[in-house]
Amino acid sequence: MVSRVERGPVADWFWTIDRLFLAAFVGLMGIGLMLSFAASPPVAERLGLDSFHFVERHGVFLLPALAVMVGVSFFSPRQVRRVALVTLMVSIAMMILALFIGVEIKGSRRWVSVLGISVQPSEFMKPAFVIICAWLFSERSRHPEIPGNLFAIILFGIVAALLVAQPDLGQTMLTAMIWGGMFFMAGMSWFWITLLGGVAIAGFIAAYLVFPHVAERINGFLFGEGDSFQVDTAREAIIRGDWLGQGPGEGTIKRILPDSHTDFVFSVAAEEFGIVFCMVLVALFGFVVIRGLIRAGREQDDFTRLAVAGLSLAIGFQSFINIGVNLELLPAKGMTLPLISYGGSSMIATAITAGFVLALTRRRPESRAQPRTIYRPAASVAAE
Amino acid sequence: MRQPGAFLAGLRPARNSAGSRSRSASEFEGVRKAQGAQAKNRILIAIGCFFVFYAVIGGRLVQYGLRSPETVSSIARADQLLISRPDLLDRNGEVLATDIRTVSLFAEPNKIVDADEAVELLATVLPDLDMRGIHRKLSSNSRFQWLRRQLTPRQQSQILSLGIPGIGFRPETRRFYPGGPTASHVIGHVNIDNKGIAGMEKFVDGQGLGALAAAGLTINEDLEPVRLSLDLRVQHVVRDELAAAMDRYKAIAAAAVVLNIHTGEVVGMSSLPDYDPNNPVEALQKDRLNRMSAGTYEMGSTFKAFTTAMALDSGKVKITDSFDARGSIRIGGFTIRDFHGKNRVLTVPEIFIYSSNIGTARMADMVGIDGHKEFLTRMGLLTRMQTELPEVATPNQPSVWKKINSITISFGHGVSTTPLQTAVAAAALMNGGKLIEPTFLPRSVDEAEKVAVQVIDPSTSKSMRDLMELNVTQGSGRRADVEGFHVGGKTGTAEKVVNGRYSSAVRFNAFLSAFPIDKPEYVVLVVIDEPKPEEGKSSATAGLNAAPMVSAIVRRSAAFLGVKPHFGNGAQELTLSY
Repeated sequence: MVSRVERGPVADWFWTIDRLFLAAFVGLMGIGLMLSFAASPPVAERLGLDSFHFVERHGVFLLPALAVMVGVSFFSPRQVRRVALVTLMVSIAMMILALFIGVEIKGSRRWVSVLGISVQPSEFMKPAFVIICAWLFSERSRHPEIPGNLFAIILFGIVAALLVAQPDLGQTMLTAMIWGGMFFMAGMSWFWITLLGGVAIAGFIAAYLVFPHVAERINGFLFGEGDSFQVDTAREAIIRGDWLGQGPGEGTIKRILPDSHTDFVFSVAAEEFGIVFCMVLVALFGFVVIRGLIRAGREQDDFTRLAVAGLSLAIGFQSFINIGVNLELLPAKGMTLPLISYGGSSMIATAITAGFVLALTRRRPESRAQPRTIYRPAASVAAE
Repeated sequence: MRQPGAFLAGLRPARNSAGSRSRSASEFEGVRKAQGAQAKNRILIAIGCFFVFYAVIGGRLVQYGLRSPETVSSIARADQLLISRPDLLDRNGEVLATDIRTVSLFAEPNKIVDADEAVELLATVLPDLDMRGIHRKLSSNSRFQWLRRQLTPRQQSQILSLGIPGIGFRPETRRFYPGGPTASHVIGHVNIDNKGIAGMEKFVDGQGLGALAAAGLTINEDLEPVRLSLDLRVQHVVRDELAAAMDRYKAIAAAAVVLNIHTGEVVGMSSLPDYDPNNPVEALQKDRLNRMSAGTYEMGSTFKAFTTAMALDSGKVKITDSFDARGSIRIGGFTIRDFHGKNRVLTVPEIFIYSSNIGTARMADMVGIDGHKEFLTRMGLLTRMQTELPEVATPNQPSVWKKINSITISFGHGVSTTPLQTAVAAAALMNGGKLIEPTFLPRSVDEAEKVAVQVIDPSTSKSMRDLMELNVTQGSGRRADVEGFHVGGKTGTAEKVVNGRYSSAVRFNAFLSAFPIDKPEYVVLVVIDEPKPEEGKSSATAGLNAAPMVSAIVRRSAAFLGVKPHFGNGAQELTLSY
């Protein structure tokens, strides 16, 4: 146990960190590793690799991910902002780079090779983007003379344009949703919200009209047309799992489920560990997101509040879309399940997200001031 | 500890926000507070949204959890595979057919990971599997394929231990015949879906079981067993003796029936070659038909019993009358001769025991063509027999009866009829003149009386019994007798038609008998198709093969049939004492 009297950085971290968040994140990472044993061997076998190829790599990525999460959680809000700014600039630069020198995989250029490691810069862009947007939005209320809103809109435009150029419509939509959510929570007027909402709908319709594969997926979801093999197989896997699952290693449908280790890991979890387990998993995500939002609501400071809320939205939207696709609630869209799915960039980027949440939710005297004022009606009255 | 507010000083000059709270509400501060409150409301809305999102996910999971694994339309409902059938029992309650539980192997090809591997593994347990066909099934994108119906438990456990994903087992009811082929033609068999398609199994379906099954009312039901008139012991004896005779006489087929003459019950009936109803792949082969009821034959000299009975019953011929059996009859280019030609005037019993074609033809001539046809129709020999068994053939007769037809039919050529209905008609000759429809279900004497039709006079029946007895004691049927059981009977050695002509080398032999002849209980009819001379014998007439077969059947089954033996001074004396 670290002494409370000591005031070193570790002791400070230990006594101020939100341990429930930390436990939830580590728990999700552990579940991710466990599910990797279930979900990735069939894919590895299909690719002619060693059965546990992806399990090993998952484990290898998990260590730096944990280190990054804990390391980032040591940051002060100011450091968070600085790291985010640097990360954002580097990510955007790499995304531009990827368009020119990136390796084309399945028709899109998302990956760049850094020191022999394939990196997906758009994953790292997301948490940084959230932090910077939160800063820009919060600046507006503090310094009305600085056009924070405008900067945020411009930043979003740049990021969205780069994502569409890749093209990566899933990330575009996710980024748009997070940005829109933050815009909404920043307290913008309904005029702006309506306007941007209209733009979002127009963009969505444009995507439907411009990109044939988007139209195909949405038609497939709405009218049951076209190739629905993935989602059908996922549904079968979940139903076969029933409440308590077939047991570890007993899954059979997972063997024919494409992307079982990334986009459809949730279905594999259902087949082997059961729907009850999946509910626990969903509850864990729900806990992280809703607790994050509640914590944000209590924050006194605009920036911290928006940043924590935005990061929670990032985790919430991504998990909701992934699970929603698995459960045939949403059109098929490739998106990883945060902290669970296989994928190095995604895992480390989500670890950064989690680290930011931990860093920003550490107990600080300022954030505690808020509840006390509520119980001081006299002061409030005086303040009116 | 950090300085309060220091964290706000990120990228711009620091501002003492904490200190501002102590100030009385400036206008600026009021705006910030209002915005803060609004932001909290917005966050509450976001929390509400995510509550809804995760609740929807939770609801969907519950919905999936309540759904049973998808069934595929091409699979029969699981319970349809468990359709029950009633057990079939013999008259003593021995099980002839029963239901057992088995499993069937199916595949869901869309879940098969590696079809090649799956086929190879399955072939280790089921080596006779059609590998090419199974591979095609497994490689298809279909959702359900039967691979093998009705596995043994050992096969099931071996396949389970192979651990092939995408295959499974369904419980099924399978029909099992403990006796194997013993009573195959009578019991019949079922198809893969447990529907009766032959024999009494088909009959049971026709009696409402089929409709019940279609309505789904027979699933897993314990149905009342159906008792048949067969006696499994007698049935075994009959089949065993037929098999022995087939071997001994190198015949292509043999068949026999044991019929209760007072009730019409078929107690034993077999036709070889037969098949195993547990694996009825051979059932449809041409030579596997039930020759007793589904084959029609020219019964040959056994028909002389009916001609003689007709002549006596018409009153135009008395048992003491004599007929000229010398030479031959020439009619329409045919010459009718006697096989055992005595070339003298013969009495009616002599005609019978010497099996004189000429004498019999002259007796038929006394009755006339119309009378002859009417009599055989009355005896049920020219129309399709009515009984439970579905496999019943319709007899053939000339479209127009001419004198030559009547003459040949009098000694059993020109009309082909089923051996079973010949036995039934013979039963009427023996039992006092009552024609009783044959049955494969138990029937009491009283019930038989209700369906019985008096076809000949009881006195004619008495004369026929005497003649049948005489033929065994003094005529061609000597080898049929069994000491104590007094068999009486008539041989028939019919020449088969080969290339449109009667051939003396290829025969269809029969022995029509009743025992105990002084007070008959049972008719035993044996037919044997194309017998060859027994080793050491030069001839293959009915007296040398069909008659000893009857003897063997009677000797072995009389005790089972409840017939008491009479060991007196010989049958002759007993008959004389009447």
